[in-house]
Amino acid sequence: MAKITFITSDNESITLEGSSGSVMALAVENGVKGIDGDCGGVCSCATCHVHVSPEDMKKTGTASEIEADMLELDDNADEFSRLCCQLEIGDHLDGVVLRVAK
Amino acid sequence: MEKSELPDPFEKARVEKGFGKLNDQDDPVTMLLRLKDVRKTAHNYKTFQSAAQPGRIVVPSEVNIRDTRQIPFEVDPPVHGEYRAIVEPWFKRPLQAEYQEKLKEQIESLVNECLNNDRVEVVNQFALPLQSRALTLLLNTPFSESETWISWGTHVFRSEGEALDADKANILYDYIDQQIERAIAKPGEDMYSVLLSSDFQGRKLSKEEVKGVMVLTFAGGRDTVINAVTNSIAYLAEYPESLERLRKEPEIAGKAVEEFIRYFSPLTQMGRVVTEDTAVCEHAIKADTRVSLCWASANRDAAVFENPNEIVLDRKINPHVGFGFSHHNCLGATHARQILKILLNTLATKVGSIEIQDYKENIESLDEFERKVGYDRINVKFNKLT
Repeated sequence: MAKITFITSDNESITLEGSSGSVMALAVENGVKGIDGDCGGVCSCATCHVHVSPEDMKKTGTASEIEADMLELDDNADEFSRLCCQLEIGDHLDGVVLRVAK
Repeated sequence: MEKSELPDPFEKARVEKGFGKLNDQDDPVTMLLRLKDVRKTAHNYKTFQSAAQPGRIVVPSEVNIRDTRQIPFEVDPPVHGEYRAIVEPWFKRPLQAEYQEKLKEQIESLVNECLNNDRVEVVNQFALPLQSRALTLLLNTPFSESETWISWGTHVFRSEGEALDADKANILYDYIDQQIERAIAKPGEDMYSVLLSSDFQGRKLSKEEVKGVMVLTFAGGRDTVINAVTNSIAYLAEYPESLERLRKEPEIAGKAVEEFIRYFSPLTQMGRVVTEDTAVCEHAIKADTRVSLCWASANRDAAVFENPNEIVLDRKINPHVGFGFSHHNCLGATHARQILKILLNTLATKVGSIEIQDYKENIESLDEFERKVGYDRINVKFNKLT
């Protein structure tokens, strides 16, 4: 079980608990604003972009090459950017804080 | 070659040069074939513009058959974003449970009908009515309107000979003009009425702008959806094990839809007009010529996709550009995804197998390339799941 906190663009903070699946799916199921997950989690739409809190980067790791290629063309992207469909929920993610990019 | 296969005609040119050449009505096009180039070019709206003469970014060009600017498709940022913000919530309605329930009813009833026939021509008797009926949900218009749209045939801008046909385009334009007048006289909750009452830059959208959005909605989702549906059925006919897998693991339907969109790439390419002398993959491109973003080629790029010519039903990482990329990505994608997802789940629960009887392929001729995009006709028999 991992607790994951989303901070939306209007500064609303939502903490959700999950044990499996992707962070994107957890956010979509709970209606987190700004996470659309249009492609269902196959890394083709970039509608699940989050900025990981710098101190949590060691938990999430950095974007894979394919993910980084998608993010490269997103004007909001920075070194803390991830597509959260590529973050699998597990104990290792407990406590992470993700700022929704959109 | 398998009957459901869509070969990749671009591989050699993509690997060796990265581009192809197409002379379209004396307005030549440099086709960009690699995924990374396609993405970067799609993103760079300043050098590669959409807001050119209406019809020019379409390949084959439609400049001789229309003057209406399709919106937001033929507009560039930042104005593009203002139009897009108006239409986007409407095009996200397919995410609503009620919308999906109605779509499911439509598709189930069509599949049930087909199960009672020994021979179904999928393009005209299945995909066309499916697309037309589903469009009544997207437009929130009476179901009976779909009969009119079905009578127009598979292409909105093209008739039997595949050539661009101004008469055919006029049928659509006249129809949309009439619908706009109807919505002005008697506003309802349909898409025309909603657009007419939308605010844009401190005023309402004009009739011409509403027409621009409606033409895009009709044209963009016509043969693309029809090809995607028809190709899906041809594939499932040849791969009964995939139908079986969708039955046992319905949760993979979403991934299967993305993979079908990648592999089928229902829209081969989309153009842009080059605003300044530039270069893509070390190839010089002159101002005021055209490039195309060849989605179909990019989606088979082995630099990105493992086994690109295979359908991997649950492909996990699938950064395809079948719905385009960046600012102008497909507005109707939410609707199209729901259609395909519900179709796959319905076929899996009702259909045991599909037999292909005979078919004629639809081949696009692109000068140095010939691409199969689907079928002109394909007769099948749907067998009930027992």
